Amino acid sequence: MRQKLPDVLRSPYFWSLLFLAALLIFNILFTERFGVIEVRDGHFYGNIMDILRRSVPTVLLGTGMTLVIATGGIDLSVGAVIAVSGAIGALLARDGYPLPVIIALPLAAALISGVWNGFLVAKIGIQPFVATLILMVSGRGIAQLLCGGQIIKFSDPSFEYISAGFILGFPFSMYLAAAVLAAVQTVTRKTALGLFIESIGVNPAASRCVGINATSIKLIVYAFSGLCAGIAGLLLTTEIRGADANNVGLNLEMDAILATVIGGTAMTGGKFYLAGSVIGALIIQTLTTTILARGVTRPATLVVKAIVVISISLIQSSVFRSQLSGLLAGRGGRA
Amino acid sequence: MDYLLETSRIGISFPGVKALSGIDFRLKAGEVHALMGQNGAGKSTLLKILSGVYRQDEGRIFLKGREVNFSSPTEAQHSGISTVHQEINLIPTLSVAENLFLGIQPRTSSGRLDWKKIHRDSENILSRLDLRIDVSEQLNSYSTAIRQFVAIARSLLFSADVLILDEPTSSLDKDEAAKLFAVIRGLKRDGLGIIFVTHFLDQMYEISDRATVLRNGEMIGCFEAAGLSRMDLITAMVGDAQAARAENEPSKRRARTSQAPGDERILEASGLSRSGAIEPIDLSIGKGEVIGLAGLLGSGRSETARILFGIDAPDKGDVRICGSRLKPCSPIDAIMAGMGFCPEDRKTEGIIGNLSVRENIILALQASRGLRRMLGREEQAAIAGKFIEALSIKTSSAEEAVKNLSGGNQQKVIIARWLASNLRVLILDEPTRGIDVASKSEMQNLILSLADQGLGVLFISSELDEVARCCGRAAVLRDRRKIGELSGDELSPDGIMRMIAGGESAA
Repeated sequence: MRQKLPDVLRSPYFWSLLFLAALLIFNILFTERFGVIEVRDGHFYGNIMDILRRSVPTVLLGTGMTLVIATGGIDLSVGAVIAVSGAIGALLARDGYPLPVIIALPLAAALISGVWNGFLVAKIGIQPFVATLILMVSGRGIAQLLCGGQIIKFSDPSFEYISAGFILGFPFSMYLAAAVLAAVQTVTRKTALGLFIESIGVNPAASRCVGINATSIKLIVYAFSGLCAGIAGLLLTTEIRGADANNVGLNLEMDAILATVIGGTAMTGGKFYLAGSVIGALIIQTLTTTILARGVTRPATLVVKAIVVISISLIQSSVFRSQLSGLLAGRGGRA
Repeated sequence: MDYLLETSRIGISFPGVKALSGIDFRLKAGEVHALMGQNGAGKSTLLKILSGVYRQDEGRIFLKGREVNFSSPTEAQHSGISTVHQEINLIPTLSVAENLFLGIQPRTSSGRLDWKKIHRDSENILSRLDLRIDVSEQLNSYSTAIRQFVAIARSLLFSADVLILDEPTSSLDKDEAAKLFAVIRGLKRDGLGIIFVTHFLDQMYEISDRATVLRNGEMIGCFEAAGLSRMDLITAMVGDAQAARAENEPSKRRARTSQAPGDERILEASGLSRSGAIEPIDLSIGKGEVIGLAGLLGSGRSETARILFGIDAPDKGDVRICGSRLKPCSPIDAIMAGMGFCPEDRKTEGIIGNLSVRENIILALQASRGLRRMLGREEQAAIAGKFIEALSIKTSSAEEAVKNLSGGNQQKVIIARWLASNLRVLILDEPTRGIDVASKSEMQNLILSLADQGLGVLFISSELDEVARCCGRAAVLRDRRKIGELSGDELSPDGIMRMIAGGESAA
């Protein structure tokens, strides 16, 4: 009885949006001052603005990760690439290089990291998990070497604009994320890139038989994922006005993977949902903010997060939903 | 006389199909007994019953005169029936010795693994097969042939009476196969009964004493290999009903042969070869021609198609489309030149299941246009709509995921995919396999009408009457070698079988 579900329930975004809405409503009702948006110096402030701003790195990483996962791969190195790009940016800023250099070099390094991953996966044929694990471990080491094991501090207002700047009341970083998203959406849907990515993810052998060059497509997506991490690295490093090779972007690859999966893109590859990944990133950040705002003790936050994430994943699985409704119907009837 | 292994009228059904019925299979001690038949004849089902994977619905099995009822492969193995599978069931990253004794390791009195004994016994058992290798090396450092021997050695550890070899030579070269046969002869002298499944006729004659032939789940007969002519063997495997059926529909083929094939050669392959796949082969397809590639399973049909289309690289030889040479091992180059390929295995190499019918249809065209020149959404819908109608593809809409379509309709989607690109020559590998009878003749008619529009078609099928009916000319393959071409009145199921059998005098 597949027809029983109205179209809206079958939309890939339905369950994650529903969950995000529930989370926000819960907060607005029960968390003090949650829904309040203040205007200070012509800038918007408040919990909701905070969630939007803080989810930008995950959105950026999630965008790259979504394409990588859609090809049936994974990119574990993004957290480490953040550290590399942040370290280079901080060093250049400390030594007073002009802004275009401070921006361009870290991004170039991030892009090369991505190409390296793509090379290992697509050309050499190493499993994506292992191939990107190499840079996940060594990338942070490279960043530490660059910084000489120290935390590099800098002060460069024009560079710091990335995280501190505002346009029309909204943080600059939000425009940045929106621009990247819009660009990816355009490139994947106005060229055949999106179709080829999905095709490779669903059936690599058949894709080869229709003449799709998986090697170049994979190189593109891993390179792009690296670039996204590079942008996130600049953002995070300007936030603390320094490079902390050990901690910056730590475990963010996990959040990016999580956001992608919550957004409806399957880990096995195939159809991908960029908007879903954005919703996923917002859910993760809202959850974190909620937990902190409600005074859940720090050690318990991860457990709470895990429980919530498991429930979202289960709710999104149509198999689970049909079993559940079968149980509720009491007669073992299958949906 | 007493048989080592004897079945009495065994049969088994799966939902909707009678897979085997009334099989009286008799294996003597000290003989090599070939089990022959086409795909779907029931060979593997019979082997699975004998080795305890399936339980028969009817009939009885006797091993050394005692009735047996195996509930698991392990039980069958302990009773003395060992199977060496086609895809060898060993663990590549363990050592040879570990593989041999996995699950049956001897222990010392203190309960530890007795490695000395494991290594000594491993060497002993392998020397019985005349194989002297370092048993502490990882299995995957050895060739397929040696792995095959290790698998056989392992089954000997279970003091086997009956050894089942399921296509043991399919991935071996000539020398390796010869070595395997020497081992088999040795085991035969030791009094084992050996069941040998192969698709290679020559090998059947070389090694077997008797052969049992199955067709459509029934036993056609048990023959002395020495007194069995190739023609009789092939007729037993393929059936002469096919020949009779083809006689009823001569009109279409007449139409095909009467049409003068265009002079324009669309596809030409010369000296194309790949070790372990096909010996050097020449093929040529003209405009509007349907050329068949006929042969039994394992004769190199699909391998040839895969090399032509650039999925596998040839060792030697080249492929030309309308005179220009194709880059080897590059499907996109073949597609750009105007080739299309419907693979034998529709699910793994044909359809892209989760994508829609529309996307599946436009994919090859889009791939040849490249990344940037994206077909517009309306254009895509128009192309998909056109072919859904032209080929009457049954789908709820162009946006339906292609995996939800029936086999015949999936096949049409794949054909539509190639028709939508700039197609000059289409390779069809078993295009009618696994689709129902009505769709089958629809598919055949579709192929003929495409050829009438000027397309060159390479038609691969294991159903000989289908080849005879659809093709103007057919190349016949046997044991990975092209042995000749047939056309006109000679191109009949009977004629093909005669040609395959032709090597008789040489054998």
